[in-house]
Amino acid sequence: MKDRFNLYRFASPATFYPLAGKAIPWFIAASVLFGLAGLYLGMLVAPTDFQQGEGYRIIFIHVPASWLSMFIYLIMAFWAAIGLAFNTRLSGMMAQALAPTGALMAFLSLWTGALWGKPMWGTWWVWDARLTSELILLFLYIGYMALTAAIDDPRRADKAGGLLLLVGVVNVPIIYFSVKWWNTLHQGSSVNLTKSSMATTMLYGMLLMALCFWMYTIAVALMRARTIMLERERHTDWVKAELEEPAR
Amino acid sequence: MIYWNSFSDFLAMGGYGLYVWGSFGVTALVMAVEPIVVARNQKATKSRLKRQIRAESRSTE
Repeated sequence: MKDRFNLYRFASPATFYPLAGKAIPWFIAASVLFGLAGLYLGMLVAPTDFQQGEGYRIIFIHVPASWLSMFIYLIMAFWAAIGLAFNTRLSGMMAQALAPTGALMAFLSLWTGALWGKPMWGTWWVWDARLTSELILLFLYIGYMALTAAIDDPRRADKAGGLLLLVGVVNVPIIYFSVKWWNTLHQGSSVNLTKSSMATTMLYGMLLMALCFWMYTIAVALMRARTIMLERERHTDWVKAELEEPAR
Repeated sequence: MIYWNSFSDFLAMGGYGLYVWGSFGVTALVMAVEPIVVARNQKATKSRLKRQIRAESRSTE
């Protein structure tokens, strides 16, 4: 009973807001530490790749950005499903807080991919299944943001945006498995649960960078969620208390 | 431990410098600018809401 009560308590913005405010500096610190360790391993210690030379080092940001672009979308779709099923206030705010960072991750995935593709394949872009589905993911993020921004009533915006997110979620497995399902120019996955095609330092460098991107995403999304909370709950007592001058 | 022989080797990235640093540079820029924009938005929203709340409490008095 007690646990249940606590869980509901955290779903209320009045509890979530100060908690997120305390958590953000820790996520920033973790992101910086993981990033420094990952860059040290990836850029300074890891050996060269026998096929791609030093150009392969783009992997240390390309793969984390690509993973996050897909993960963030899945989390947003999860919040959308919760919001549509239970009509919870927090879920729509969380989805909206994550969207711009997801879009930036999708952009970074495409940008670093283009800079990697040029020297390795001889082209910045091809209409290959992996690249095209990732571009669609970027458009889904932009579409979600445009749609929710265009609807004035936040609850209706959440509902419409949530539907878009749930329909678009079909794209994520398409991105992920595209290199298996189709014959693509993009190389297969570098990391497998059973065997990995990478050297150990490279693998750890990449995983540390992925953790850095994760912590970064959580920190920025929490910052954005707090702003959205204040805005949406501006008529409640807790926001008024929060914004009141501490001197009085 | 360190793989590189010199700093210029590190910068050159075996001839891939433009591509590697172009990727890392833009990523660093994005991850530096986004938190600043978000923090600014929060500050602006807070001061706007403060003004609104003050105006509302004055009008009800």
